[in-house]
Amino acid sequence: MTALLDLVRRIGAGVVEAVWRIGFATRFFGLLLAYSGQSLARLHLTIREIYFSGVLSLLIIVVSGLFVGMVLGLQGYETLQRYGSSEALGVLVALSLTRELGPVVAALLFASRAGSAVTAEIGLMKTTEQLKAMDMMAVNPLARVVAPRFWGGVISMPLLAALFSAMGVFGGWLIGVVFIGVDEGAFWSQMQAAVDFRFDVLNGVIKSFVFGVAVALIAVFEGYDCTPTAEGVSRAITRTVVSSALAILALDFVLTSFMFRGQS
Amino acid sequence: MTPLDSDDALVRLQDVRFAYGEREILRGLDFSVRRGQVVAVMGGSGCGKTTLLQLIGGQLRASAGTVLVAGHDLARLSTGQLYALRRRMGMLFQFGALFTDMSVFDNVAFPLREHTDLPSELIHDLVMMKLNAVGLRGAAKLKPAELSGGMARRVALARAIALDPMLIMYDEPFAGLDPISLGVIGQLIRRLNDALGASTVMVTHDIVESLQIVDYIYFISEGRIVAQGTPDEIRASADPFVHQFIHAEADGPVPFHYPAGPLAESLIGGRPA
Repeated sequence: MTALLDLVRRIGAGVVEAVWRIGFATRFFGLLLAYSGQSLARLHLTIREIYFSGVLSLLIIVVSGLFVGMVLGLQGYETLQRYGSSEALGVLVALSLTRELGPVVAALLFASRAGSAVTAEIGLMKTTEQLKAMDMMAVNPLARVVAPRFWGGVISMPLLAALFSAMGVFGGWLIGVVFIGVDEGAFWSQMQAAVDFRFDVLNGVIKSFVFGVAVALIAVFEGYDCTPTAEGVSRAITRTVVSSALAILALDFVLTSFMFRGQS
Repeated sequence: MTPLDSDDALVRLQDVRFAYGEREILRGLDFSVRRGQVVAVMGGSGCGKTTLLQLIGGQLRASAGTVLVAGHDLARLSTGQLYALRRRMGMLFQFGALFTDMSVFDNVAFPLREHTDLPSELIHDLVMMKLNAVGLRGAAKLKPAELSGGMARRVALARAIALDPMLIMYDEPFAGLDPISLGVIGQLIRRLNDALGASTVMVTHDIVESLQIVDYIYFISEGRIVAQGTPDEIRASADPFVHQFIHAEADGPVPFHYPAGPLAESLIGGRPA
């Protein structure tokens, strides 16, 4: 009986804690937006973070995009040729990438490459009292440290996702056209005819923007909110990667269900 | 906002209470720092010394009582007003809290760049002067990771005085330093205070060093001031707490044991009491 009560009590405490954290995160997001103006006015701060989050993620995004595209080329050809429509390979590769794989996989990679780094950096700044010191110098850490990292992530994400998709299409072309020998004209012209700018490309960009906001917010929040110890920082990094991945996949389902309801 | 110039106090805490949730840290503390003075706050670990600094800096708000800095009641200030006041305060954190992604030069330039529109040549000269004051002009290009503990604290000190503050606060400035660095920091604290015409609050354990450089000493125990006086008065004090502190005795008014039940009970019970 006591064990049962204890269990109920622990579940209750967990729920209260979770709700409290969501509330805190929401308030944090509000404050972050409120201080973003000050921060964006000094653009060089955000540009620096775009370099650290975006430019330094280029290699992993480009290489992963290439390989994902190449796998799509192989698998897509395998399946399509059974139905004698291997010319549609370009369509398959481009649609898979722009609608789903580009935004989702790029965001997952971005969360593990850049999100974890941002959490670690902010968490360590908190642990070593750098944030407190800044606050004591009358410089708001939300405006000076957090907001530039947030916007750096938000701006980088759609660009990285677009690059991922472009590299994927290139990888699909490499395998499908260059190595397997699918007709090049059909590959490109069918792709051009079937991929709609608004439905496919723009929706993909919107997705990657939403993922960018989610990942960047989770990363800065976990860093800012971490327990200021070595263990606390390591837990915060883990939480960033796990929560980002879950948020990306859940948001992807929600967005997809709104965006693609039977059209084309 | 009552001006307190009548008795020349830059910082004044009246009957201040502070608690983290249920845990009471300060219970009715009266404390003041006169302009131009170097004041040390001493007490055992965890007695609320650092909390006191955070209350003066406005990073924590008192649960009851008033905290006045330069005549401003901190509880009534908006964030903007508090930030305006903090520009006139410098704080040295226990381990320096230097920005690890910036060079020594950029660390000291940070408050100047954030709060002034001075041209970069002037900022360069000011930073060099501050670094020279702490003897580290030659280390301007180093990164914080390349500094020793004592050097890092001197850089942090140069950063804390970058805007020529009226009040400088030190959180354990001597902790973990070798005797030479300790003497250097001690002399700097005194010299900078006098050169800047500032006032200083220093939280520390180091009684020997403090007695040499400060004007006034407060002893805190269990959230209250238990003794106070000038260095001479403290040396001559018969107060048991002060005696224990100066002579570093393990047991006395500050007990060796954290409050616990009888030992026999803990041992027989087999569980932490």
